[in-house]
Amino acid sequence: MIQLRNVSYVYHEGTTQEKVALKDVNIEIPSPSFLAIIGANGSGKSTFARLLNGLLIPTHGDVIVDGLNSKDFENLWEIRKKVGLVFQNPDNQIIGMTVEEDVAFGCENLGLPPKEIEERIDFALKSVGMEEYRKYPPHLLSGGQKQRIAIAGILAMLPKYIVLDEPTTMLDPKGRKEIMGVVKKLYKEEKTSIILITHHMEEVVWADRIAVFNKGEIVLEGSPKEIFMKDEKLEEWGLSVPLVTKLSKCLVERGFKIPHPILTIEELSTWL
Amino acid sequence: MALISLKNVQYIYMEKTPLEREAIKDISLDIGKGESIGIIGKTGSGKSTLIQLISGLLYPTQGEIFIKDRDIKKWNSKELCKIIGIVFQYPEYQFFAETVFEEVAFGPRNVGIPDEELENCVREALTTVGLSYEEIKDRSPFNLSGGEKRRLAIASILAMNPEVLILDEPTANLDPKGKVEIMNYINKWVQSRNKTLILVSHDLDEIIRTVKRVIVLKEGKIIFDGPIEKLFLNYEKIEEAELELPEILKLRKVLEDKGYPLEGAFTVHEIVERIVAFKEHISIWKS
Repeated sequence: MIQLRNVSYVYHEGTTQEKVALKDVNIEIPSPSFLAIIGANGSGKSTFARLLNGLLIPTHGDVIVDGLNSKDFENLWEIRKKVGLVFQNPDNQIIGMTVEEDVAFGCENLGLPPKEIEERIDFALKSVGMEEYRKYPPHLLSGGQKQRIAIAGILAMLPKYIVLDEPTTMLDPKGRKEIMGVVKKLYKEEKTSIILITHHMEEVVWADRIAVFNKGEIVLEGSPKEIFMKDEKLEEWGLSVPLVTKLSKCLVERGFKIPHPILTIEELSTWL
Repeated sequence: MALISLKNVQYIYMEKTPLEREAIKDISLDIGKGESIGIIGKTGSGKSTLIQLISGLLYPTQGEIFIKDRDIKKWNSKELCKIIGIVFQYPEYQFFAETVFEEVAFGPRNVGIPDEELENCVREALTTVGLSYEEIKDRSPFNLSGGEKRRLAIASILAMNPEVLILDEPTANLDPKGKVEIMNYINKWVQSRNKTLILVSHDLDEIIRTVKRVIVLKEGKIIFDGPIEKLFLNYEKIEEAELELPEILKLRKVLEDKGYPLEGAFTVHEIVERIVAFKEHISIWKS
């Protein structure tokens, strides 16, 4: 479990550029679970992601990963083994000359024996459906493929938690679908805990819990159904609900006897 | 007279090398003043090459491009950028100035706008995208929020007052509210000044809301060019281009399969009205 207790984070504290990014955030992320984070630009989502694996250390409060506090420098190595972070832009995350070299980088740093690294590369590339590209130079891959390689590099370290910070924003719809397929599979089959930060409301309906950020605070937490009930609140915070939810709400208002909220097109079609 | 005219244009990257790749194949196209055009197609279909050709950043390997009936190669680049303004993907990566004012003033100053007019020009451009001149002019472009940076980048092109505005994925990476806001500012500018708009986007829902004419590219060729309603009458062209259907049409398709007559409905509101009308019709018929 990852616990955040009264966590605040201030950039450039004590200077004129001081900016409070997170204010008194409390949340528990059990393992395994699939948590989605939504919030407008500048609401503190990326800061939150970077606190989860000790890339940032809270200004106030504690981040505790399976009992390890990120404030203790000795814990950081262990925390980063447990919590893998995938960023937005795949081009900024790839360092290897070939796909397998890139995926191996993290494992090599863990000092694992070569045979085990081999096995882990196999496993990681298979999980993201890229085993055929093992010897390929990464720069010739598409955006979606590159992002899958970035995820494989994290997977090879066998983290218990994977934090994805808007992993699909730089991808086209096909690439986005590929990544969401991988994420769902990791959660269902590998029981990896997923923390997914995204602007795409259609992606978060798969999570078992959603936390909504606004101006550095968690303002709402609950299941997708509970969250998307509050469409007016969400709009106030610069967010939206999936189109199908908007449509079914209109139908309810026009006297249709269907449940509210409806989150997927398939669900709606069974009611009409 | 078409504002922009492409005649049998071809473009090959790294011609006569082993890495030669034909990105644009024999494209002919006319764009008139005041049109709003969407360019769609999957990654690698030639969208970016096409807009770089139109803005004179690349010259065709074969064929000709005319801007106001004059061969694009004969235009002086300073004159051309007064006519065509292009906003690239993630334009904020190109910031270089120390202040917001200098960032916006760079373009106009380079094409010879006199210093005494610069302030007005910058003020107007920032106001157009909803940024307050007084509050923001002395700040560093690098310390703005994501949404503000994007708006600033667009303002720095609007400051040139181009006749044609080309936008490559202008709302990628913004939150839902930010997306709508930016497109509203752009639409207002385009419509109030009767400008020509060319929008490249993966977000077909955004294309539906913004443009009247769509060009669909596949492997460097145009496979559809016409009014947006016509493109979405059937789903074939979208599937042929290997594009994802916009959410609104995914929704419509499932409901159509259920028997609801929804042809030509493009908004949630239109779909709801049709379903309600259909249900009422059925219930009258039954009783």
